[in-house]
Amino acid sequence: MAKLLKESEHPLYRKSNKMRMERAGKWITFLSVVLTAAITVAILLLVFSKGLSTFAVNNGSLKEFLTGTEWNPGKVSEIGKPIIGALPFLAGSLAVTGISAVICAPIAIGAAIFMSEISQKTGKKIMQPVIELLVGIPSVVYGFIGLSVVVPLLREVFPGSGFGIAAGTIVLSVMILPTVTSLSLDAIQSVPRSLREASLALGSTRWQMIYRVVLKTAKPGLMMAIIFGMARAFGEALAVQMVIGNAAVIPHSLFEPASTLTSILTMGMGYTVMGQVENNALWSLALILLLMSLFFTLAVRIIGKGRTVR
Amino acid sequence: MSQTAAPIKMPAIQTEDLQFHYDSLHALKNINLKIERKQITALIGPSGCGKSTFLRTLNRMNDLIPGIRTEGGIWIDGVNITDRSTDPVDLRKKVGMVFQHASVFPGSIYENIAFGPRIHGVKSKRALDDLVESNLRSAALWEEVKDQLGKPAAGLSGGQQQRLTIARTLATKPDIILMDEPTSALDPISTAKVEELIESLKEQYTIVIVTHNMQQAARISDFTAFFLNGEVKEFGSTEAVFSRPAHQETKDYIAGKFG
Repeated sequence: MAKLLKESEHPLYRKSNKMRMERAGKWITFLSVVLTAAITVAILLLVFSKGLSTFAVNNGSLKEFLTGTEWNPGKVSEIGKPIIGALPFLAGSLAVTGISAVICAPIAIGAAIFMSEISQKTGKKIMQPVIELLVGIPSVVYGFIGLSVVVPLLREVFPGSGFGIAAGTIVLSVMILPTVTSLSLDAIQSVPRSLREASLALGSTRWQMIYRVVLKTAKPGLMMAIIFGMARAFGEALAVQMVIGNAAVIPHSLFEPASTLTSILTMGMGYTVMGQVENNALWSLALILLLMSLFFTLAVRIIGKGRTVR
Repeated sequence: MSQTAAPIKMPAIQTEDLQFHYDSLHALKNINLKIERKQITALIGPSGCGKSTFLRTLNRMNDLIPGIRTEGGIWIDGVNITDRSTDPVDLRKKVGMVFQHASVFPGSIYENIAFGPRIHGVKSKRALDDLVESNLRSAALWEEVKDQLGKPAAGLSGGQQQRLTIARTLATKPDIILMDEPTSALDPISTAKVEELIESLKEQYTIVIVTHNMQQAARISDFTAFFLNGEVKEFGSTEAVFSRPAHQETKDYIAGKFG
């Protein structure tokens, strides 16, 4: 009779190299997840604590922050509160984002329709590379072009210095156009061929098929594309800051200098010291930016859900 | 050949030496078929034999594919529809099509039926309401959906969706309905319902149906065409084709020896 092996000596109970590698892989990927999550949580905590301390520590008024029109966080008002009216920046950010989306959406959707429905060849051979190129251009280049071309052009045609919401909007529209176009294209191309055929088989023209079936089916995806574009426009700092004029007032015209949350943030952060009211006030602006981007992400999620349920 | 004065006995569709090419593939060879009015004609044959391609030449759905070439004639009501001057949009109004997978549009049951009439210019709410009801009745779906016309069509069962697409096709008032394996994605009970519907539609419409299901062809069709390698191997009354096939290949295919 063969000698019985002890349990631990039996080859089936020994850990193989493959198994060890499997374990290691599991741990490495797990640590990556933990690290990513930890960084995200740390950033959220920092922005929230700093952003809220304007109100909690420095005695700022939230109401004034959201509705006040005067921004001078270094000084205090007669009732002893810091002057932190951020409405001009909020309005500026919302205006450039909203108008850019309105300008960009029809062009992007039109281009996507052309690429998917009218001429797939031109779309693939010319438009696709152009769009990829546009996506890759750094925003400072867009800003520089805006500063050297758009601003002087606006100055020629309209009264004022050329800096302002209009210039910011034009630069941002061009900047988000490639992203919105390629996302719209994805949405339109994901409309099943069978639906297009069904529409044509009912005697629809190609155009009727496009707007009654293709665009209708792709609507949630198109909305997501536009919201992605808006999120990018809302968060863009450099290019906007270069052309918007950076005046902390609520503009009464599209051609007057204005400012956005991001432009004030980038302008101000070099001149404040951590812990001061001025610095905390900037963190509050950052908090708004964060909350808005959270809102955009949420909106995309909700629309995305509706899309899968249909 | 000119057939402007249509005799009453003229077939609904007549093809004349029809040839069809996808790029270098000769998919249909010399097809000469007469599709009789208000009868059900079944097209059977193994996969890739050309029966679906033939069906799609009848409403020019193949036009969507680049690199195709059609020769010969397809005469419908005295017009050669393969002619460049024939408007495929008008043709497809007259020659409707039902697909293998029920492709319901996003939107309500009502919107699905109203789609055809709307694109053909019906605007009045009343007329649309009437069309929705009458066509759902014709498709034997009215009783099942009359209380949920505003609900998404995607919520219906597979069989109901297929009957909905048939009702949607009827709403454009076609003379001829082409069906490309309309029941192959359905369970037996839904299939029976759709078959029953197809038979009832024969009173008013000419129907051409592609099917892989031999029993189905035998049950519902009046004429059967057996396609093989791009040719019509055998054509005749369904009764004759199934009980006394003239060719060994037909006999073997029907018996399930290949396919």
